[in-house]
Amino acid sequence: MSAPVQSDVAIIGGGIMGASAAFFLRRHGLSVTLLETDKVGRQASGTNFGNVRRQGRPIFQLPLANRASRIWRTARELLGSDVEYLQSGHMRVCFSDRPENVGAMEDYATKAREEGLDLEILTGNTLRARFPWLGPEVLAGSHSAMDGHANPRLAAPAFARAAIAAGAQVFEDTRITGAAKIGDDFELEADDGRLFRAPVLLVTAGAWAGKIATQFGEDFAITPRAPTMSVTEPVPYAIEPSLGVMTALEVETVYFRQVERGNIVIGGSTRAPSYPDEYRSYVLPESTMTQFEHIRRLAPVLANLSIIRVWTGIEGYMDDSLPVMGPSSNVPGLYHAFGFSGAGFQLGPGVGETMAELIATGATDIPLAPYSPDRFGK
Amino acid sequence: MTARFQRLAETDRAEVRFTVDGTPLSALAGDSLLTAMLTNGLSVRASEFGDGNRAGFCLMAACQDCWVWTEAGTRLRACSTLAEDGLAISTQQPGAAWLKNA
Amino acid sequence: MVEKRVIVVGAGPAGIRAAETLVAAGIRPVLIDEGRRDGGQIYRRQPDGFTRSYETLYGTEAARARAVHDTFEAIRDRIDYRAETLAWNVSDGRLWTARDGEAEAIPYSALIVCSGATDRLLPVPGWNRAGVFSLGGSQIALKAQACSIGSKVVFMGSGPLLYLVAAQYVKAGANVAAVLDTSPFMKRVRAAPFMAVLPDLLFAGVGLMRTLKTAGVRIATGITPVSIEGSDDTGVSGIRYTDGSGREQHMDCDAVAMGWHLRPETQLADIARCDFAFDAPTRQWLPVTDDDGRATSDGIYLAGDGARVLGARCAEVTGRLAAMAALSDMGIAGDPAARQSLLAEKARYRRFAQGLAIAFPWPHELAANVPDDTVVCRCEAVTAGTLRETVDIGGATETNRAKSFSRVGMGRCQGRYCGNASAEIVAAMRREPVEAAGRLRTQAPVKPLSIATVRNEA
Repeated sequence: MSAPVQSDVAIIGGGIMGASAAFFLRRHGLSVTLLETDKVGRQASGTNFGNVRRQGRPIFQLPLANRASRIWRTARELLGSDVEYLQSGHMRVCFSDRPENVGAMEDYATKAREEGLDLEILTGNTLRARFPWLGPEVLAGSHSAMDGHANPRLAAPAFARAAIAAGAQVFEDTRITGAAKIGDDFELEADDGRLFRAPVLLVTAGAWAGKIATQFGEDFAITPRAPTMSVTEPVPYAIEPSLGVMTALEVETVYFRQVERGNIVIGGSTRAPSYPDEYRSYVLPESTMTQFEHIRRLAPVLANLSIIRVWTGIEGYMDDSLPVMGPSSNVPGLYHAFGFSGAGFQLGPGVGETMAELIATGATDIPLAPYSPDRFGK
Repeated sequence: MTARFQRLAETDRAEVRFTVDGTPLSALAGDSLLTAMLTNGLSVRASEFGDGNRAGFCLMAACQDCWVWTEAGTRLRACSTLAEDGLAISTQQPGAAWLKNA
Repeated sequence: MVEKRVIVVGAGPAGIRAAETLVAAGIRPVLIDEGRRDGGQIYRRQPDGFTRSYETLYGTEAARARAVHDTFEAIRDRIDYRAETLAWNVSDGRLWTARDGEAEAIPYSALIVCSGATDRLLPVPGWNRAGVFSLGGSQIALKAQACSIGSKVVFMGSGPLLYLVAAQYVKAGANVAAVLDTSPFMKRVRAAPFMAVLPDLLFAGVGLMRTLKTAGVRIATGITPVSIEGSDDTGVSGIRYTDGSGREQHMDCDAVAMGWHLRPETQLADIARCDFAFDAPTRQWLPVTDDDGRATSDGIYLAGDGARVLGARCAEVTGRLAAMAALSDMGIAGDPAARQSLLAEKARYRRFAQGLAIAFPWPHELAANVPDDTVVCRCEAVTAGTLRETVDIGGATETNRAKSFSRVGMGRCQGRYCGNASAEIVAAMRREPVEAAGRLRTQAPVKPLSIATVRNEA
């Protein structure tokens, strides 16, 4: 039996939150152990759409999103590898059967501007002239020039590799089944008996975070959900902004982006069933069909193309669809960052940097009150 | 040599007229689009990733190497499409033009 | 009583024999096929207006081809035949099809998948050039279009199809420059006892060699491919290889047909969540079935080369067996003696296939050692070097992770033509057996699906 692995901070969950937290904790000089059940970035962080989008988030999230945005822009230099970040703009559009959304877009743009996010509302001929491929049903768009997209398959692993290069220990294929605070240390036991100890524990385990938290008497209702994704064959690069529909109706919530190599990534419409205990989730063919239906409304020209692959992955949703982030008020040394409810990819590096700062210095400029783990009661 | 495929038999068939990059060409009824193009040329498209021209590979709709553009901006898999009168094919990547063909 | 619906996917020899067996038991199966006509790839029919005889098209297999076609004609009115229809997904007891832009979900009690096989390919420098075709593709050019893939053709690979297609080209009057076999001739001697179980097939093979030799075709065994030469613009202009004695040879040609046996099309079985197991002799992952063809998922039956490559003749046997298994599971008893006889026949084909694997082995060490600058994934033009970096820099431990980092297997063909070699490269980098590199998981759709597709709720 080998000796327990000791470090200043242990992180359970090797998604983009955990991997980037490990990276930034090393920059604060703390020793870090990152524990991942499967492979780094295999679930929500690796299978999401890849939006690096600030607009559309609750206004209170913009300081965190802005922080993340700065990191994305320097990711290549910071990480020493390309995560295919493309700052090509992001568009939210609404359909003409919901004209009330134009007013909502304008209100949002006013508030966002105060937080440093510039949005341009486009309608009528201006919209058509800039984006002639939008469907006739598209009424208006809100354009964010400084947003874009990146490759989810590469991002979390790139953070983990950079963390390793900076001295972090990363353990993949390591499922933590026992977690307890014994004296000053958290003691974590993997299903094969290996032990990990640290005075600080950060839980970034997404849809699986509830299982860890519950061992400390903290109950979080996390609903696993899985996005319906697909991708087309490569076609000449021509669509700059990442694009999504603003609507209250889940089935018409579709979005797409074109990567520089040419493939168009499509997401949204009805979600897929997921089985977190088995680490499996499945795209329903009927959801692919509704996705096609609504993506054709958004950009009819895409009907000329074929998809070559579908996928999904497991995301953790909170009841209010807002993340949990901050220290536990019950267990000293325990920190949470999970429940990003299908909207965590862009925030990821910002979450990692903020949690590292909070753990290393005891404070952060990012206002964390709206993320409080205590908001659900006990 | 200007044709890749060589006809060995079955040449007594009706003619089919189509165009590739604007050039009028003829093939035979019963030809796949791939056969029609490769009895008139050496390839059917350029690889998207700069490694040269492609001429299909499996001929049985598995490899997906022979997708071509029509001038109208639609896509056809040449090996599983019958050559028909009036088809207008483009072997070149259409650039941003594909977006204008809704 | 709820009517039992049986769907057969694939109208090749396995699918047609399965459908025939179902019809004989009073079932009206749905027969889904991507082709314009029945016959599959091996007994593919030539288009209307073509006049070559069965003997010309199918050689020693003419009578079998005719019998399969005749059977199809005889049952055609008693089956729900859907040509030019793609089976693209399986979910919740329903097969999803697409035809002419319409998708339909067809519920089934039993789904018999007879999806056939495609060529197994080894990446060779220059194999992405115009003028390189799969061996099966070169045969389709001749059979279905009466064309040669070039004016001077080299056949390279290993396996019985290599000699068969080359001989068919010679008989059809094509210019065959050479047959280059990576397997040393002596391997065939070791394999002979296995292949003797089917003497007529063994003799047919000898006949092919005679045809090629009489025509003066250069046959080289034990070769190692070096490169396929040519230009980005005009494609293939020649081939370089090392002969059995280690000397490098060069030959002009304008087309190369390549293949190393076949690999089953297992996508539907995978999407239907059937278990797979590693098959050491072929170094492939195959869906697990019992002797009759029952897969591990409820209601899924596999037959023909899509389950395990045993050849067209055996496909007729396994097609019948799978249909009998499906019938039996629906409470329709079959003839036990007929089943026993089919099982015995299948066992002989399996022994013959073992012999083929010994005589014409997959040169996995060549795959593992493909030069770094060689394209492995033709669809995405990703090189072996990039793939290797996913292991030594990216830390990938198996082929799906390597795919995720490098895009090898992520293109239009979804790993059909690079998956086998990719696993060999990843395993070799990690100094592990190839099974440790796993297999590329299938992701729907089975083939590209147009975004214009609308769901038919009928």
